[in-house]
Amino acid sequence: MRPTVGVVVFPGSNCDRDANYSFEYLGAGTRFLWHTETDLSGIDVIVLPGGFAYGDYLRTGAMAAYSPVMDSVREFAAAGKPVIGICNGFQVLCEAGLLPGALRRNAGLRFRCMPVRLRVETLDSPFTSGGMWPGQVLTIPIAHFDGSYYADDETLEELLAERRIAFRYCDQRGELTPESNPNGSRLHIAGILNAERNVLGMMPHPERAVDPAVGGTDGRLLLASVLYSLQPAET
Amino acid sequence: MSDGTATEQPLHRSLGLTDDEYQRIQDILGRVPNHAELAMYSVMWSEHCSYKSSRAHLKDLPSEGPHVLIGPGEGAGVIEVDGVAVAMRIESHNHPSFVEPVQGAATGIGGVVRDVVSMGARPIALLDSLRFGPLPGDTGADQTAERNRWLTGGVVSGISFYGNCIGVPTVGGEVKFERSYSGNPLVNVMCIGVAPVDGIMLARAPGPGNAVLLLGSTTGRDGIGGVSVLASASFDEEASTKRPSVQVGDPFTEKLLIEGSLSLIEKDLVVGIQDLGGAGLCCATSESAAKAGTGMAIDLDKVPLRETGMEPFEILTSESQERMLVVVEPPKVQAALDECDRLGLRASVIGEVTDTGRLVCTKGGEVVADVPAASLGDGPLYHRPYSPPTASRDLTTEAPGPDTPPEEALKTLVASANLTSKRWVWEQYDYQVQLNTVAGPGPDAAILRLPGTQTRIAVTVDGNGRYGQVDPREGARHSVAEAYRNLCTMGAEPVAVTNCMNFGNPEIPEVMWQFVEAVQGMGEACRVLETPITGGNVSFYNQTLDEAIYPTPIIGMLGIVKAGTVAPPIGFRNEEDVVVLLGRTRDELGASEYQRTILGKLEGPLPQLDLNAEATLGWLLRELIGRGLLTSAHDCSEGGVGVALAEMVALGRFGAEIKPEVGHDLVPWLFSETTARVVVAVAPGDLSELRDLAKGIGTPITELGMVTGRLLSIRGMPDIRALTLKEAYEQGFPRLMG
Repeated sequence: MRPTVGVVVFPGSNCDRDANYSFEYLGAGTRFLWHTETDLSGIDVIVLPGGFAYGDYLRTGAMAAYSPVMDSVREFAAAGKPVIGICNGFQVLCEAGLLPGALRRNAGLRFRCMPVRLRVETLDSPFTSGGMWPGQVLTIPIAHFDGSYYADDETLEELLAERRIAFRYCDQRGELTPESNPNGSRLHIAGILNAERNVLGMMPHPERAVDPAVGGTDGRLLLASVLYSLQPAET
Repeated sequence: MSDGTATEQPLHRSLGLTDDEYQRIQDILGRVPNHAELAMYSVMWSEHCSYKSSRAHLKDLPSEGPHVLIGPGEGAGVIEVDGVAVAMRIESHNHPSFVEPVQGAATGIGGVVRDVVSMGARPIALLDSLRFGPLPGDTGADQTAERNRWLTGGVVSGISFYGNCIGVPTVGGEVKFERSYSGNPLVNVMCIGVAPVDGIMLARAPGPGNAVLLLGSTTGRDGIGGVSVLASASFDEEASTKRPSVQVGDPFTEKLLIEGSLSLIEKDLVVGIQDLGGAGLCCATSESAAKAGTGMAIDLDKVPLRETGMEPFEILTSESQERMLVVVEPPKVQAALDECDRLGLRASVIGEVTDTGRLVCTKGGEVVADVPAASLGDGPLYHRPYSPPTASRDLTTEAPGPDTPPEEALKTLVASANLTSKRWVWEQYDYQVQLNTVAGPGPDAAILRLPGTQTRIAVTVDGNGRYGQVDPREGARHSVAEAYRNLCTMGAEPVAVTNCMNFGNPEIPEVMWQFVEAVQGMGEACRVLETPITGGNVSFYNQTLDEAIYPTPIIGMLGIVKAGTVAPPIGFRNEEDVVVLLGRTRDELGASEYQRTILGKLEGPLPQLDLNAEATLGWLLRELIGRGLLTSAHDCSEGGVGVALAEMVALGRFGAEIKPEVGHDLVPWLFSETTARVVVAVAPGDLSELRDLAKGIGTPITELGMVTGRLLSIRGMPDIRALTLKEAYEQGFPRLMG
């Protein structure tokens, strides 16, 4: 079965074509979903791409969370199907209540575009189950101004207890050094899962690390993993 | 006015028109113009829009070549690369950025992006060339240093805020600091776009009866007279009072405008398109009508306004950002409006194309302006007097001085504002979005995939105001040569140029002389190097009070990288590789970075420049890189071979042991800025092939030493640890920015 990835396009999204390119590069089918669309039939994975939905006016992701497509995304997620929010998409998922916490302005008060190292924290999700190992260090770029993950202590404890932190910023040896945290995220959090583990939000851009010509290949592990998770189990 | 009396001057003069120009307007109209018409002529005949001082000198520039599809005179130049149309354009936004750095820089991006979009091209990359006065702690820092730092930070954040949001990567550029820019920084932005060859659009309003639509933002009072008040006059102490003439950018609307415009073009719903930039609606309507030989009737009541009570002249000359004019055939109007509506982009029918040749604007049913459309664009042409300067300015400042030991000078230069890594700047730019960025920012030039092909393009922006100040003609030739060398060092074949000429007040004969000299130097270099000029921008009046900026032509150059060619990195990669200098050093410290930062002065003579040697070196580099022989490469320009070697160590995995060329004292050898030189590294087994190729084409080479260890070890001076160089190179700029 060739899975179909639905890439949501909000007014102001700007990584929609990149997500599309990278999933097609890995052999998936893709479909752009304009933010007013509500029919997600035939879609196997939803991607909320990076960018500045609605100009990020009011608050990052705040207006996009109320787009018509988001009701359908909620149903899609409730049905247990995989949803990835990347960068601005992560911010939208937090604003829409599909993931806990919020993304605040970077600690350095500057936009940062750079490759960072991520440590794989759990294999128990469709995004991390195929071909990664726990503690593996991936190199994937970030490009954001508002990427400092914040949640209250109680929520962080819950995320830890339920092993819902998917990726943490680390150094090349996998250590959580202060210098390796590019934005001041609490617990070095780069990406988290929902309780059902089928919704992932992450600030780094795995779709930028698929084609070796332009940014490495570690993002493939993640995107290919979610495609692989859709295949029927072999009997 | 100078005597302080309150006598009111005639309106045309307060709008920047001379008495002669005012008379000419009356001759054209056969009557006295009304306020709106006068305002239209004043913005359209401003230096910024009419090129009245520069036009006479620009017409002889080489603009034809095998790749050129569209040369000067349109929104952007267009070349053909591997079956794809590539649009390129540079615009300056110097004065707005001095008055309000964040918004000035942001709207500079917006403007040049719309230029490219108006050609039907999707913008795929931005580069910036920036100039400021010295930063605190830098050689030459004075009482303006804190302000310079504020301007630098503001401009960078403006580019970051706007460019990142619209999803166009900023892939390269340069930032330099000289005292001459303390009173007038430079913000030049280059945009590259791509389109199918048959999808290129022109700014024409053909077909009487066709509808004229305005897309994008509402029109407000922001930026009224920006081109005449801000861009076409020098600054005095009261620069901040001009802040209301700076527009405020809305990158979200710009993004919608990009997608909307390109969608209308792709769906074949428009027959003509022009962006609204300087001189706003007045310029877009009159130019597109004049170029098509038509006229236009515009109902100003149909223009969506941001505020109430706007006068006709305000609506016509407002420079509110993020607007585009499109011409649509009547049966397609509804489809065009529907598509804009779907995308959330405002669109209004504001008039129609006529066959009268006149631009007629009405408001409340009354005609408020009625002028021949072509007359607005057919501004005055001046042959301004020019003469070489008689006295040179004293440009000495406090500096470490000539007794500085060479290793200290090298460390100081590597950490100096002009030469240190600009990572602090470019990490604030999204340089990856759209997934075409193969190299850059950081290397000698950026390399981009050309969507839909296996070919890649290389792009750079370069300029050297210090050289221009010593000799504007030679300085311009050097800038072209440096851009050329940067592209060749990445394995590219340079094919086209765009430019931005930044100069002082052209009414001063010395400044006009600098301009004329620079244009000729640029033209000559582009002719020899076979890089035709596809267009450009002239920015005059870059001066505050009596002090003009250094003459600063910025060269944007584009090259083609053949499929399969991989550009070598700057840093040394493999121990025991041989370090080779392509080209030969002469002792030429005139106008160098060593002179600037260590000696604190600026004086000639400039290094000699042999354009044929540059062309030969370019061929050799492409051949070496094409064969995969180079493991590292870095051009020697500012800072000379010393700084090139230091960067190759700082960015690499190893140090190097180096023996200078014979016959030189160490300091001139290290820091001489002799042209046509590149430092490369090759595996020992490939050395003979390199030697044969160089010999065959006649490029002299010198074996300098070997990649090894963790030290930069240059015979004749103490070793420097690689880590020390890395620290100096990477931390220099963050330290200067505090």
